[in-house]
Amino acid sequence: MAQHKVNYTQDGGLPVALTSIDKIVNWGRSNSIWALTYGLACCGIEMMASGASRFDFDRYGTIFRASPRQADVMIVAGTLTKKHAEFIKRLYDQMTEPRWVISMGSCANTGGMFNTYATVQGCDRVIPVDLYLPGCAPRPETLQYGVMLLQKKIRANKAGNAQKPKRLM
Amino acid sequence: MRAYTPKDNVQAKAYYTDRYYVSPQVPKQEVASDEVFAADLAAISAKFEVKESYIQVGQMVVYINAQDIYGVLELMRDELAYTQLTEMSAIDWLAKDNSFEIFYQMLSMTKRKRIRIKYFIQKGEAVNSVEKLFRSADWSEREMYDMFGIEANNHPFMKRILMPYDWQGHPLLKTYPLEGDEFAAWYEVDKIYGKEARDIIGPEIRDTARVDRYDSERFARLGFEVPKGTEITGNEEKNENAYQEEGGVFLVKKFDKESSKVIDDPQR
Repeated sequence: MAQHKVNYTQDGGLPVALTSIDKIVNWGRSNSIWALTYGLACCGIEMMASGASRFDFDRYGTIFRASPRQADVMIVAGTLTKKHAEFIKRLYDQMTEPRWVISMGSCANTGGMFNTYATVQGCDRVIPVDLYLPGCAPRPETLQYGVMLLQKKIRANKAGNAQKPKRLM
Repeated sequence: MRAYTPKDNVQAKAYYTDRYYVSPQVPKQEVASDEVFAADLAAISAKFEVKESYIQVGQMVVYINAQDIYGVLELMRDELAYTQLTEMSAIDWLAKDNSFEIFYQMLSMTKRKRIRIKYFIQKGEAVNSVEKLFRSADWSEREMYDMFGIEANNHPFMKRILMPYDWQGHPLLKTYPLEGDEFAAWYEVDKIYGKEARDIIGPEIRDTARVDRYDSERFARLGFEVPKGTEITGNEEKNENAYQEEGGVFLVKKFDKESSKVIDDPQR
């Protein structure tokens, strides 16, 4: 029997699976994490590589979107300058809830090697971050693993409307 | 760690001076040693005052008066075939004699020669814009204003180019600290959340090598992760962070290392 056909000898012949609302909602959310196209520096190249055919983010349902309105996760891939800080906050505010942030690479985590006047020393000074990926730049495998951990984090939470504020501001 | 010493004015005094140190000088040649440069210099000095001139690394350097810059560059572009202004900026000599040195790097494609025009201005003085002669001076002069605070008269859009418009300070001045002043340190916090958020967000951590395993706000020990803000005692349970829960995930097949096929032979 072909795999895609319904196995009528199981589950009383019905193509039915029983689950809870939380699980089905989180299943949907965690397997369609649409990411905002947000390459700020060289980490953006690794992010693009993760999206391209060799590493293939589409397998996780992660599709890059050019609009924050359609995005679920913001992958801050690169150096965040002080001039750009207000725009990252604006883009984050434009994303619809629930929303998540992955801070990718040393620069986004801590400012990295740019210990200067013009670099934000970690993007968590401006927006709340769910996941920090180490590396300069992180390999696409790291980003894939990060997305899988984010899926796990999404599944661990309730699917209710209200998302807890991540930082008192 | 080395004791901290204030570096407010790094140009004024060196940390260490060798008594017998002689700084290497790039050798200078007479302008007369090159025919093309000698002819160019004669054409410039016929109309404008030339204070000093020499050839260094195959390029002629000419010092002129600040008010002559537009005329000199116009002469060079229209009559001497130096058609490109490849670079211009300033050098900070404030600690030495309260002045800036402005340089214009000119290129002649037909003569295959480069000339550097230089002059000094005092602090607070403005330069004459050459944007009408060379479009490349547009952004260069804006950058010079941004980085040194030197304004250019008759420039069409004399605003900052690299730093935000509401930035305070000029970062390429030698008195400007590399890690930024008070304004720079709180710029993004003040702008986005307001000054009252400073206490909540806290100061920047500038020590990039800082690792504190007892600080669960900022650090996570790999394999021993705890929720953010938990007090760390040092004997945490090891929790391996697998990407998928033990019980499996609804409609997603769990990857099993044991049952998976491992390809050992690279020549398969």
